[in-house]
Amino acid sequence: MVKNKNLGKIKGFTIQFLPYSEIRYLNSNERIKKILGIVLGNNIIILQGKLRPEEETRLIGDTMAMIDHVKNFKGIELAVISGNGEDGFFTKMKQGVANALAGGDFGAVTIIGPATIVKEIKKNPKKIELFLKNT
Amino acid sequence: MAMNIFQNFFKKIFSNLFRNKKEIKLGFYGPPNAGKTSLANRICKDFTGEEIGTVSKIPHETRAVQFKEKVEIDYKGKKMVFKMIDTPGIATKIDYEDFLKYKLKKKDAKKRAKEATQGVVESIKWLDDMDVVVIVLDVTENPYNQVNITIIGNLVARKIPVLIVANKIDIGKSDIKKIEAAFPEYDVVGISAKYGKNLEEFYESIFKLSKKVK
Repeated sequence: MVKNKNLGKIKGFTIQFLPYSEIRYLNSNERIKKILGIVLGNNIIILQGKLRPEEETRLIGDTMAMIDHVKNFKGIELAVISGNGEDGFFTKMKQGVANALAGGDFGAVTIIGPATIVKEIKKNPKKIELFLKNT
Repeated sequence: MAMNIFQNFFKKIFSNLFRNKKEIKLGFYGPPNAGKTSLANRICKDFTGEEIGTVSKIPHETRAVQFKEKVEIDYKGKKMVFKMIDTPGIATKIDYEDFLKYKLKKKDAKKRAKEATQGVVESIKWLDDMDVVVIVLDVTENPYNQVNITIIGNLVARKIPVLIVANKIDIGKSDIKKIEAAFPEYDVVGISAKYGKNLEEFYESIFKLSKKVK
Protein backbone atom coordinates (compact mmCIF):
# COMPACT_ATOMS: atom_id res chain seq x y z
CA MET A 1 0.00 0.00 0.00
CA VAL A 2 1.48 3.34 -1.09
CA LYS A 3 1.09 6.02 1.57
CA ASN A 4 0.05 9.49 0.60
CA LYS A 5 -0.22 11.68 3.69
CA ASN A 6 -1.69 14.65 1.86
CA LEU A 7 -4.71 12.87 0.37
CA GLY A 8 -7.95 13.63 2.14
CA LYS A 9 -6.45 16.44 4.26
CA ILE A 10 -7.38 19.65 2.54
CA LYS A 11 -5.78 22.89 3.56
CA GLY A 12 -6.36 24.18 0.10
CA PHE A 13 -6.40 22.81 -3.38
CA THR A 14 -5.26 23.84 -6.78
CA ILE A 15 -7.20 23.97 -9.96
CA GLN A 16 -4.78 23.06 -12.67
CA PHE A 17 -5.46 23.90 -16.29
CA LEU A 18 -4.16 21.27 -18.66
CA PRO A 19 -4.03 22.49 -22.25
CA TYR A 20 -4.61 19.79 -24.84
CA SER A 21 -1.15 20.51 -26.26
CA GLU A 22 0.31 18.90 -23.12
CA ILE A 23 -1.30 15.56 -23.82
CA ARG A 24 -1.69 15.65 -27.59
CA TYR A 25 1.42 13.61 -28.34
CA LEU A 26 1.15 11.30 -25.34
CA ASN A 27 -0.14 7.76 -25.76
CA SER A 28 -3.13 6.58 -23.70
CA ASN A 29 -0.91 5.16 -20.95
CA GLU A 30 1.01 8.38 -20.56
CA ARG A 31 -2.16 10.50 -20.62
CA ILE A 32 -3.80 8.49 -17.83
CA LYS A 33 -0.57 8.47 -15.82
CA LYS A 34 -0.24 12.24 -16.14
CA ILE A 35 -3.85 12.89 -15.16
CA LEU A 36 -3.80 10.55 -12.16
CA GLY A 37 -0.47 12.01 -11.06
CA ILE A 38 -2.00 15.48 -10.93
CA VAL A 39 -5.17 14.25 -9.18
CA LEU A 40 -3.10 12.43 -6.52
CA GLY A 41 -1.50 15.75 -5.68
CA ASN A 42 -4.93 16.97 -4.49
CA ASN A 43 -5.50 19.00 -7.61
CA ILE A 44 -8.58 19.50 -9.71
CA ILE A 45 -7.81 19.35 -13.41
CA ILE A 46 -9.52 21.36 -16.06
CA LEU A 47 -8.54 19.69 -19.28
CA GLN A 48 -8.97 21.42 -22.59
CA GLY A 49 -10.83 18.95 -24.81
CA LYS A 50 -11.69 15.42 -23.81
CA LEU A 51 -10.25 11.94 -23.67
CA ARG A 52 -11.21 9.21 -26.10
CA PRO A 53 -14.01 6.90 -24.84
CA GLU A 54 -11.55 4.02 -24.35
CA GLU A 55 -9.25 6.35 -22.42
CA GLU A 56 -12.10 7.36 -20.14
CA THR A 57 -12.82 3.70 -19.28
CA ARG A 58 -9.10 3.12 -18.86
CA LEU A 59 -9.00 6.10 -16.46
CA ILE A 60 -11.87 4.59 -14.45
CA GLY A 61 -10.21 1.15 -14.41
CA ASP A 62 -6.83 2.53 -13.33
CA THR A 63 -8.57 4.66 -10.70
CA MET A 64 -10.20 1.55 -9.25
CA ALA A 65 -6.86 -0.25 -9.16
CA MET A 66 -5.32 2.71 -7.33
CA ILE A 67 -8.01 2.79 -4.65
CA ASP A 68 -6.65 -0.54 -3.48
CA HIS A 69 -3.05 0.56 -3.57
CA VAL A 70 -2.91 4.21 -2.52
CA LYS A 71 -3.95 4.99 1.03
CA ASN A 72 -6.72 7.61 1.40
CA PHE A 73 -7.44 7.58 -2.33
CA LYS A 74 -11.14 7.00 -2.91
CA GLY A 75 -11.44 7.63 -6.59
CA ILE A 76 -12.24 10.56 -8.83
CA GLU A 77 -15.11 12.72 -9.92
CA LEU A 78 -15.24 13.21 -13.65
CA ALA A 79 -17.36 15.30 -15.97
CA VAL A 80 -17.12 16.36 -19.58
CA ILE A 81 -19.04 19.32 -20.88
CA SER A 82 -19.37 19.61 -24.61
CA GLY A 83 -20.26 22.79 -26.42
CA ASN A 84 -21.82 21.12 -29.44
CA GLY A 85 -24.41 18.85 -27.84
CA GLU A 86 -27.45 20.07 -29.76
CA ASP A 87 -25.92 20.75 -33.16
CA GLY A 88 -27.33 19.15 -36.27
CA PHE A 89 -25.73 16.35 -38.26
CA PHE A 90 -23.76 18.56 -40.70
CA THR A 91 -22.47 20.87 -37.98
CA LYS A 92 -21.35 17.81 -36.02
CA MET A 93 -19.70 16.39 -39.13
CA LYS A 94 -17.87 19.66 -39.81
CA GLN A 95 -16.85 19.78 -36.16
CA GLY A 96 -15.60 16.19 -36.40
CA VAL A 97 -13.40 17.05 -39.38
CA ALA A 98 -12.10 20.18 -37.62
CA ASN A 99 -11.36 18.15 -34.47
CA ALA A 100 -9.54 15.50 -36.49
CA LEU A 101 -7.36 18.19 -38.12
CA ALA A 102 -6.70 19.92 -34.82
CA GLY A 103 -5.99 16.63 -33.05
CA GLY A 104 -8.64 16.92 -30.33
CA ASP A 105 -12.13 18.14 -29.42
CA PHE A 106 -11.58 21.71 -28.30
CA GLY A 107 -15.30 22.36 -27.97
CA ALA A 108 -15.24 20.26 -24.80
CA VAL A 109 -13.86 20.72 -21.31
CA THR A 110 -13.11 17.85 -18.92
CA ILE A 111 -13.05 18.27 -15.16
CA ILE A 112 -11.37 15.63 -13.04
CA GLY A 113 -10.89 15.87 -9.30
CA PRO A 114 -10.07 13.57 -6.39
CA ALA A 115 -13.19 12.23 -4.66
CA THR A 116 -11.64 13.27 -1.32
CA ILE A 117 -12.11 16.92 -2.35
CA VAL A 118 -14.87 16.87 -4.94
CA LYS A 119 -18.08 15.47 -3.51
CA GLU A 120 -20.08 15.66 -6.68
CA ILE A 121 -20.06 17.22 -10.10
CA LYS A 122 -23.59 17.96 -11.20
CA LYS A 123 -23.92 18.35 -14.89
CA ASN A 124 -26.61 19.71 -17.07
CA PRO A 125 -26.01 20.03 -20.79
CA LYS A 126 -24.55 23.52 -20.46
CA LYS A 127 -23.65 23.87 -16.81
CA ILE A 128 -21.29 22.15 -14.42
CA GLU A 129 -21.62 22.53 -10.67
CA LEU A 130 -18.77 21.41 -8.47
CA PHE A 131 -19.67 20.45 -4.92
CA LEU A 132 -16.73 20.20 -2.56
CA LYS A 133 -16.50 18.07 0.56
CA ASN A 134 -16.75 19.74 3.97
CA THR A 135 -13.42 19.62 5.75
CA MET B 1 -47.87 -44.13 -38.24
CA ALA B 2 -46.92 -41.96 -41.25
CA MET B 3 -48.08 -38.92 -39.27
CA ASN B 4 -45.79 -39.85 -36.38
CA ILE B 5 -42.79 -40.22 -38.70
CA PHE B 6 -43.50 -36.77 -40.19
CA GLN B 7 -43.92 -35.24 -36.75
CA ASN B 8 -40.60 -36.71 -35.50
CA PHE B 9 -38.84 -35.60 -38.67
CA PHE B 10 -39.92 -31.98 -38.31
CA LYS B 11 -39.28 -32.02 -34.57
CA LYS B 12 -35.71 -33.17 -35.21
CA ILE B 13 -35.10 -30.54 -37.87
CA PHE B 14 -36.45 -27.75 -35.69
CA SER B 15 -34.53 -28.85 -32.63
CA ASN B 16 -31.30 -28.98 -34.67
CA LEU B 17 -32.01 -25.54 -36.05
CA PHE B 18 -32.55 -24.28 -32.54
CA ARG B 19 -29.35 -25.94 -31.28
CA ASN B 20 -27.31 -24.17 -33.95
CA LYS B 21 -28.94 -20.82 -33.26
CA LYS B 22 -26.42 -18.28 -32.05
CA GLU B 23 -26.59 -17.37 -28.42
CA ILE B 24 -26.69 -13.57 -28.21
CA LYS B 25 -24.58 -12.13 -25.44
CA LEU B 26 -26.80 -9.60 -23.71
CA GLY B 27 -24.99 -7.40 -21.20
CA PHE B 28 -26.55 -5.34 -18.42
CA TYR B 29 -24.50 -2.25 -17.68
CA GLY B 30 -24.97 0.91 -15.68
CA PRO B 31 -24.20 2.71 -12.45
CA PRO B 32 -24.57 0.91 -9.08
CA ASN B 33 -28.08 0.38 -7.71
CA ALA B 34 -29.86 1.16 -10.98
CA GLY B 35 -31.54 -2.27 -11.06
CA LYS B 36 -29.39 -4.29 -13.47
CA THR B 37 -29.67 -7.49 -11.46
CA SER B 38 -33.37 -6.90 -10.75
CA LEU B 39 -34.04 -6.70 -14.48
CA ALA B 40 -31.82 -9.68 -15.33
CA ASN B 41 -33.52 -11.63 -12.51
CA ARG B 42 -36.98 -10.76 -13.82
CA ILE B 43 -36.11 -12.03 -17.31
CA CYS B 44 -34.32 -15.17 -16.10
CA LYS B 45 -37.13 -16.00 -13.67
CA ASP B 46 -39.77 -15.58 -16.38
CA PHE B 47 -37.99 -17.79 -18.90
CA THR B 48 -35.87 -20.23 -16.86
CA GLY B 49 -37.47 -20.17 -13.43
CA GLU B 50 -34.14 -19.23 -11.83
CA GLU B 51 -32.60 -15.91 -10.83
CA ILE B 52 -29.15 -14.69 -11.81
CA GLY B 53 -28.09 -12.99 -8.56
CA THR B 54 -29.05 -11.30 -5.32
CA VAL B 55 -30.27 -7.74 -5.01
CA SER B 56 -29.84 -5.32 -2.15
CA LYS B 57 -30.42 -1.70 -1.17
CA ILE B 58 -26.71 -1.44 -0.42
CA PRO B 59 -24.83 -0.30 -3.53
CA HIS B 60 -22.36 -2.67 -5.21
CA GLU B 61 -24.26 -5.83 -4.31
CA THR B 62 -23.06 -7.35 -7.60
CA ARG B 63 -19.28 -7.37 -7.38
CA ALA B 64 -18.45 -10.01 -9.96
CA VAL B 65 -19.82 -10.62 -13.45
CA GLN B 66 -22.58 -13.25 -13.32
CA PHE B 67 -24.12 -15.25 -16.16
CA LYS B 68 -27.10 -17.26 -17.16
CA GLU B 69 -26.65 -19.23 -20.35
CA LYS B 70 -29.21 -20.40 -22.89
CA VAL B 71 -32.04 -18.16 -21.80
CA GLU B 72 -34.67 -18.60 -24.47
CA ILE B 73 -36.94 -15.58 -24.60
CA ASP B 74 -40.28 -16.19 -26.23
CA TYR B 75 -41.96 -12.97 -27.33
CA LYS B 76 -45.11 -12.96 -29.47
CA GLY B 77 -44.27 -16.40 -30.86
CA LYS B 78 -40.69 -15.45 -31.77
CA LYS B 79 -37.83 -17.03 -29.92
CA MET B 80 -34.27 -15.90 -29.32
CA VAL B 81 -31.58 -17.44 -27.17
CA PHE B 82 -29.46 -15.21 -24.98
CA LYS B 83 -26.50 -15.46 -22.69
CA MET B 84 -27.40 -13.00 -19.95
CA ILE B 85 -24.43 -11.15 -18.50
CA ASP B 86 -25.08 -9.11 -15.41
CA THR B 87 -22.19 -6.78 -14.58
CA PRO B 88 -21.12 -4.90 -11.43
CA GLY B 89 -22.12 -1.23 -11.41
CA ILE B 90 -19.50 1.11 -12.83
CA ALA B 91 -18.38 3.99 -10.62
CA THR B 92 -15.48 6.43 -10.55
CA LYS B 93 -15.19 6.41 -6.75
CA ILE B 94 -15.72 3.85 -4.02
CA ASP B 95 -15.44 4.72 -0.35
CA TYR B 96 -15.93 2.03 2.26
CA GLU B 97 -17.34 4.66 4.63
CA ASP B 98 -20.40 4.94 2.38
CA PHE B 99 -21.27 1.34 3.27
CA LEU B 100 -21.13 2.06 7.01
CA LYS B 101 -24.39 4.02 6.62
CA TYR B 102 -26.04 0.69 5.86
CA LYS B 103 -24.84 -0.65 9.20
CA LEU B 104 -22.11 -2.83 7.76
CA LYS B 105 -19.18 -3.53 10.06
CA LYS B 106 -15.99 -1.65 9.15
CA LYS B 107 -14.24 -4.87 8.16
CA ASP B 108 -17.13 -5.94 5.92
CA ALA B 109 -17.44 -2.46 4.42
CA LYS B 110 -13.75 -2.46 3.53
CA LYS B 111 -14.04 -5.91 1.98
CA ARG B 112 -17.09 -4.83 0.01
CA ALA B 113 -15.27 -1.71 -1.25
CA LYS B 114 -12.24 -3.75 -2.34
CA GLU B 115 -14.41 -6.27 -4.18
CA ALA B 116 -16.44 -3.46 -5.75
CA THR B 117 -13.31 -1.82 -7.22
CA GLN B 118 -12.33 -5.16 -8.74
CA GLY B 119 -15.89 -5.57 -10.04
CA VAL B 120 -15.70 -2.25 -11.90
CA VAL B 121 -12.47 -3.33 -13.58
CA GLU B 122 -14.09 -6.64 -14.55
CA SER B 123 -17.17 -4.89 -16.00
CA ILE B 124 -14.98 -2.72 -18.18
CA LYS B 125 -13.00 -5.71 -19.43
CA TRP B 126 -16.24 -7.44 -20.49
CA LEU B 127 -17.38 -4.54 -22.69
CA ASP B 128 -15.59 -6.02 -25.69
CA ASP B 129 -17.43 -9.34 -25.44
CA MET B 130 -21.03 -8.12 -25.70
CA ASP B 131 -23.36 -8.46 -28.69
CA VAL B 132 -26.09 -6.18 -27.32
CA VAL B 133 -26.01 -4.00 -24.20
CA VAL B 134 -28.82 -2.77 -22.02
CA ILE B 135 -27.85 0.34 -20.09
CA VAL B 136 -29.96 0.34 -16.95
CA LEU B 137 -30.46 3.80 -15.44
CA ASP B 138 -32.34 4.80 -12.32
CA VAL B 139 -35.03 7.16 -13.58
CA THR B 140 -34.91 9.16 -10.34
CA GLU B 141 -31.19 9.98 -10.76
CA ASN B 142 -29.49 12.62 -12.90
CA PRO B 143 -28.80 10.92 -16.27
CA TYR B 144 -25.91 13.26 -17.11
CA ASN B 145 -23.61 11.21 -14.89
CA GLN B 146 -20.32 10.89 -16.78
CA VAL B 147 -20.19 7.13 -16.18
CA ASN B 148 -23.32 6.67 -18.33
CA ILE B 149 -21.87 8.78 -21.11
CA THR B 150 -18.52 6.97 -20.92
CA ILE B 151 -20.10 3.51 -21.17
CA ILE B 152 -22.30 4.52 -24.10
CA GLY B 153 -19.34 6.22 -25.83
CA ASN B 154 -17.38 2.99 -25.55
CA LEU B 155 -20.21 0.88 -26.92
CA VAL B 156 -20.66 3.23 -29.86
CA ALA B 157 -16.92 3.05 -30.57
CA ARG B 158 -17.18 -0.76 -30.56
CA LYS B 159 -20.35 -0.67 -32.72
CA ILE B 160 -22.35 -2.60 -30.12
CA PRO B 161 -26.12 -1.97 -30.23
CA VAL B 162 -27.43 -0.17 -27.12
CA LEU B 163 -30.81 0.00 -25.47
CA ILE B 164 -31.36 2.42 -22.61
CA VAL B 165 -33.73 1.30 -19.91
CA ALA B 166 -35.20 3.85 -17.52
CA ASN B 167 -35.85 1.69 -14.49
CA LYS B 168 -37.95 2.39 -11.38
CA ILE B 169 -40.85 4.08 -13.18
CA ASP B 170 -43.01 2.85 -10.29
CA ILE B 171 -41.44 5.53 -8.07
CA GLY B 172 -43.51 8.70 -7.84
CA LYS B 173 -40.90 11.30 -8.82
CA SER B 174 -39.71 9.34 -11.85
CA ASP B 175 -39.39 11.18 -15.18
CA ILE B 176 -38.32 9.31 -18.32
CA LYS B 177 -38.19 12.54 -20.33
CA LYS B 178 -34.98 13.60 -18.61
CA ILE B 179 -33.27 10.41 -19.81
CA GLU B 180 -34.73 10.78 -23.32
CA ALA B 181 -33.43 14.35 -23.45
CA ALA B 182 -29.97 13.26 -22.27
CA PHE B 183 -29.72 10.49 -24.89
CA PRO B 184 -31.81 11.64 -27.88
CA GLU B 185 -30.08 9.26 -30.29
CA TYR B 186 -31.16 6.11 -28.43
CA ASP B 187 -34.33 4.21 -27.73
CA VAL B 188 -35.34 4.64 -24.11
CA VAL B 189 -37.76 2.16 -22.57
CA GLY B 190 -39.30 2.95 -19.19
CA ILE B 191 -39.81 -0.11 -16.99
CA SER B 192 -40.15 -1.26 -13.44
CA ALA B 193 -37.98 -4.36 -13.00
CA LYS B 194 -39.30 -4.77 -9.48
CA TYR B 195 -42.95 -4.99 -10.54
CA GLY B 196 -42.44 -6.26 -14.10
CA LYS B 197 -44.04 -3.16 -15.60
CA ASN B 198 -43.75 -2.46 -19.36
CA LEU B 199 -41.54 -5.45 -20.10
CA GLU B 200 -43.39 -6.08 -23.40
CA GLU B 201 -41.89 -2.91 -24.87
CA PHE B 202 -38.50 -3.94 -23.46
CA TYR B 203 -38.62 -7.38 -25.15
CA GLU B 204 -39.74 -5.83 -28.42
CA SER B 205 -36.76 -3.45 -28.38
CA ILE B 206 -34.33 -6.22 -27.43
CA PHE B 207 -35.57 -8.41 -30.32
CA LYS B 208 -35.26 -5.48 -32.71
CA LEU B 209 -31.68 -4.75 -31.61
CA SER B 210 -30.64 -8.40 -31.52
CA LYS B 211 -31.58 -8.81 -35.17
CA LYS B 212 -28.73 -6.37 -35.95
CA VAL B 213 -26.23 -8.78 -34.43
CA LYS B 214 -24.31 -10.58 -37.15
